[in-house]
Amino acid sequence: MTSGSNAAGLSLAELEDLARRGRAHVIRAVAHANGGHIGGPLSAMDMLVALYFKIMRIRPEEPHWPDRDRFVLSKGHSAIGLYTVLAMRGYFPTAELATFDAIDSRLQGHPDMALTPGVDMSAGSLGLGFSGGLGIALGGRAAGKDFTTFVMLGDGECNEGIVWEAAHVAQRYALDNLVAIIDHNKLQQFGWRGKSAGDRLPPYTGTQLVDRWTAFGWHVIEMNGHDMAEVISTVTAARDYRGGPVAIVAHTIKGKGVSFMEGNYEWHTRVPNADELRQAMAELGEAGAVTAQGGAA
Amino acid sequence: MTLANGKAPRVAFGETVAELGKTDPRIVVLDGDLGSSTRADIFENAYPERFFQMGIAEQNLLGAAAGMATVGFIPFVSTFACFAVARALDSIRVLIAQPRLNVKVIGGYSGLLAGMTGKTHLIFDDIAIMRAMAKMVVVAPADEVETRQAVRAIAAYDGPVYLRLTRQASPLLFDDSYRFDLGKVAVVRPGSDVTVFATGTQTVRAFQAAEILAAEGIDVHLVHVPTLKPLDADGIVQAAQATGFVVTSEEGSIIGGLGGAVAEVLADRFPVPVKRHGLADIFGESGPDELLLEKFGLSAAKTAEAIRAFVRARRA
Repeated sequence: MTSGSNAAGLSLAELEDLARRGRAHVIRAVAHANGGHIGGPLSAMDMLVALYFKIMRIRPEEPHWPDRDRFVLSKGHSAIGLYTVLAMRGYFPTAELATFDAIDSRLQGHPDMALTPGVDMSAGSLGLGFSGGLGIALGGRAAGKDFTTFVMLGDGECNEGIVWEAAHVAQRYALDNLVAIIDHNKLQQFGWRGKSAGDRLPPYTGTQLVDRWTAFGWHVIEMNGHDMAEVISTVTAARDYRGGPVAIVAHTIKGKGVSFMEGNYEWHTRVPNADELRQAMAELGEAGAVTAQGGAA
Repeated sequence: MTLANGKAPRVAFGETVAELGKTDPRIVVLDGDLGSSTRADIFENAYPERFFQMGIAEQNLLGAAAGMATVGFIPFVSTFACFAVARALDSIRVLIAQPRLNVKVIGGYSGLLAGMTGKTHLIFDDIAIMRAMAKMVVVAPADEVETRQAVRAIAAYDGPVYLRLTRQASPLLFDDSYRFDLGKVAVVRPGSDVTVFATGTQTVRAFQAAEILAAEGIDVHLVHVPTLKPLDADGIVQAAQATGFVVTSEEGSIIGGLGGAVAEVLADRFPVPVKRHGLADIFGESGPDELLLEKFGLSAAKTAEAIRAFVRARRA
């Protein structure tokens, strides 16, 4: 196996601190752009940090290294979360996060593999990224490569039929070089109505997601997507699993890290006002850094 | 002049992609459970390890091909035109065309003659849809000879391509001296009375129509347009200038199809009367080939009729 630089020496505390700073970057960038998604990037942040700083075999200085592990953010609307981690990891300067969603920026509203260093597959029309990831894994095996393809999906995204088209084929080919991580934050953009207009039902409840992926022949593991140690051990075990594809159902909280955003579907795309931004930064320990470029990488 | 019979374009496709696979290990074929019809099975027999059955699931078929292209393969994705273009359009748009990945979308059973399948399996607006898509190259060969060359040409081209193929064996328009040039038109038959542009296997029937009309004293300047995009605008203008009267003929929708494409170029650069002959604002139906061609006005005789009517109206 060819080696990559995986920053493996970082401690749990250092990784958790990166996730904290990553959340602050996300909120600042969305506030600066006056648009974008917050809830999803925050639910995914701990897992993104674990992947890029601990688990994946990558070379940030060589984004197209053929032997790199691949990551596809199929829930592409969480792009700013991915950009943040790519920037902190050194694919491009963190200052560039201030250009998110701006005209002529490399950081588009949804991931664009033709524009952004480190983005392995375009995504955003939901379900497609997972299908592309399946193709990467299929191609990796056909090319005799030993890299792993990680794909992160949203739980709401699992509504899409193409997800199950791809899940079926991955099982047929027993693709044990493919790991799907489902960010099960229990909220989609609007979703089904509960007891009132403000009460939105989760896209899937109880064991429904686990049952569905299991029924499609995948090896399924559940984890707490916010426990850094558990994320690292679970995703590593999934990568090393042999015999077929692995789905990790990651239990997460939409808007994780900021009290008034957590579990509130409105923060799927809402932009914080000045007071909310200050409070969010204070909760994330970044009280002095409310501009898009603020905060050390 | 009677044209010799050639193999069906689908067979020429299967055989040629298998020949390519012999020398280029990057060639892979992905099938949507139609390989025995589209003749992708010829590749499966030759290189089973590079043939990927993706089942009856076209969105994922096209999406997975995009992923394979990022690893360095040249995926040929084979299904019916209707399923590739209509059912998997978002996969093509977002994962293939936008990142400009090196995927070849092979739309088999295009046009009107799809083996008595009827309207669900007939798509007439595939050229219009794929031509309107940014970064997409669109090719529709006329016969076996040209299909073989077109398959090789699109394999050598680095980028997304839609190749429109037909099911039925068709007469040979070209012999081995023909050279397919991606992005160029080909003058099939020089003439002086009216310029006829045709594409795909309709060019064969347009040629037969020109023979009928020649006996009546109408000299057709027949130009084959195998590449719908990028369109050979210079070649179109030059051919239109040869006679000053233009007819387009296609086994597909004239709304945005070859007819639309030619009219766009001529409106910009050489405004002349254009008669668009083909299918418009209509869905298909089941039936034997010859009767379908007659009913939908695409047989050689009906094509001749359309050209004749246009020429007479212009001469009057």
